[in-house]
Amino acid sequence: MTTPDRSDGRSDDRSPLNWLLPLPIAIPLLPPLFNAVEPRLFGIPLFYWLQLAFIVLGVTTTTLVYRATRRRNR
Amino acid sequence: MKTTEIVIFALLFLLVSGLGFVAARWRRPGDLATLNEWGLGGRGFGGWITWFLVGGDLYTAYTFVAVPALIFGAGAMGFYAVPYTVVVYPMVMLVLVRLWSVSHVHNLVTPADFVRLRFGSPTLALLVAITGIVATMPYIALQLIGIEAVLKTMGVTGDLPLIIAFAILAAYTYQSGLRAPALIAFVKDSLIYLVILVAIVYIPAKLGGWASIFDAAKAKFDATPAPGDGITLNANNQLQYVTLALGSALALFLYPHSVTGILATRDRNVIKRNMSALPAYSLLLGLIALLGYMAIAAGVTPIGKDGNTITPQLFDKLFPDWFAGVAFAAIGIGALVPAAIMSIAAANLFARNIYREYLNRDATPAQEARVSKIASLVVKVGAVLVILGIDPQFSIDLQLIGSVIILQTLPSVGLGLYTRWFHRGGLIAGLAAGMTAGMLLLYNIANPATKHEHFGGSAFPLEKLGFDTKITVYAGLLALIVNLVVAVLGTLVARALRSADGPDGTRPEDYFADKGDPRVHELETTAPAS
Repeated sequence: MTTPDRSDGRSDDRSPLNWLLPLPIAIPLLPPLFNAVEPRLFGIPLFYWLQLAFIVLGVTTTTLVYRATRRRNR
Repeated sequence: MKTTEIVIFALLFLLVSGLGFVAARWRRPGDLATLNEWGLGGRGFGGWITWFLVGGDLYTAYTFVAVPALIFGAGAMGFYAVPYTVVVYPMVMLVLVRLWSVSHVHNLVTPADFVRLRFGSPTLALLVAITGIVATMPYIALQLIGIEAVLKTMGVTGDLPLIIAFAILAAYTYQSGLRAPALIAFVKDSLIYLVILVAIVYIPAKLGGWASIFDAAKAKFDATPAPGDGITLNANNQLQYVTLALGSALALFLYPHSVTGILATRDRNVIKRNMSALPAYSLLLGLIALLGYMAIAAGVTPIGKDGNTITPQLFDKLFPDWFAGVAFAAIGIGALVPAAIMSIAAANLFARNIYREYLNRDATPAQEARVSKIASLVVKVGAVLVILGIDPQFSIDLQLIGSVIILQTLPSVGLGLYTRWFHRGGLIAGLAAGMTAGMLLLYNIANPATKHEHFGGSAFPLEKLGFDTKITVYAGLLALIVNLVVAVLGTLVARALRSADGPDGTRPEDYFADKGDPRVHELETTAPAS
């Protein structure tokens, strides 16, 4: 087995943007934010449309982290 | 019998079965007879294939019938599936790439392989493997319940159709391995997306709009005496909602079939990118969940006492026959993808962590693959027997237990990816304590609605622990806390007694290796190193 010499190997996943990841984990787990009927959106109670909207929050965050930590030039 | 629906269902089902057999030729390797090829599809799946495969793997047919059934019966509580599948991806994103890297450097196939290497303990690895198999088996059986719900709605009765469906599934999984569900997932997911997009436009229009759907649901729950239902949460079940979502999210990627999907990817970027692509399925699941309310507004009733027939019944009542046939096929085929991947994952666990570890230490890769193929057949026969021979409720109870016990592998598999602090003895003690606590908690949960005295759900009332409150909490998370406390104490005791610890077979840089690194490529082609 050859010993790999990759000085940048350890830093692949490091990015200040990683600190955004706790947000889409914590926010959807706080019922006071969404546990209500009003305001409705297209007749859909807040409870449902806001929790579906949290999907966008999650996607945005993971996309930012992906773009900051992906490997290029291979 | 509903001829149009049955003909469309049968045609689509046969089409994907054909695809399943053809899959053996897709991206054809020189030799299918290794676990890397048969069990992990060649470890080369890119972004799109992974999206369809893992999406089809995690969001199962059972989920698609059970979640609306839960919403239909209990309301807001059933919507926990949405926060669950939102928080899981940011939570596991950086963890899974570490698992991918260390698995590729050391040619690991299962989560138990990792535990074996990391903690140098065959016993701990065996416990993790058995936990994985036990948690997965009833999950496979539940996929049959998805097919059964559809067949019932079409008026098809008897056991034979179910047996035929699973025999076909077993045959092409045996032949094509992970390539079969990967290819079928394209058809399955396209059908599901089509059906749901049509459903959420067409059905509300027929029922007088979203507002009247939710009003009908509210009226139903207001009229029932049950305290826990309603279109929003109440003071007593909010904690259960949050802990169930969190606990389920922590457990999801501990399931062996989820790991199989992740290890089949080509490189780390594919995994990271899918963490922002897979939530498209969470949106789909959220919309499917709302079908439960549409069923209330449409006055749909389940067949007999089988709540899982709610979604098929709704489609049957509101869609034209031919489109209902398409929708039923989507659910039926939707059962095949996860069932195939789960049986492959369980079979890999047996081949790697029981057969190779304890029965035949010098097994060649070809022998290992053959054992795994045969094990995948045994697993599926077992699932059919359990569903046909025993009350399906038994599988549902088992799956409930399964989700609690798989969570108990978190310290060794999940935390093990970050720290080697735990002693193998502490982890074994923690796992045993967590399982025992989980079983005790579940045993003491009654459900008056289904006349269950024990194993009546996952919501544990805190008053049973002596608290003066009606608040309930997810039993799995309580068991995990017991597990962690025992693992920490056990580790401290083992260190104090200077008990021998197992060797760590990994190096820090293994957790960051990516495709193109010399050691990933080199070791991938050599014999498994564990």
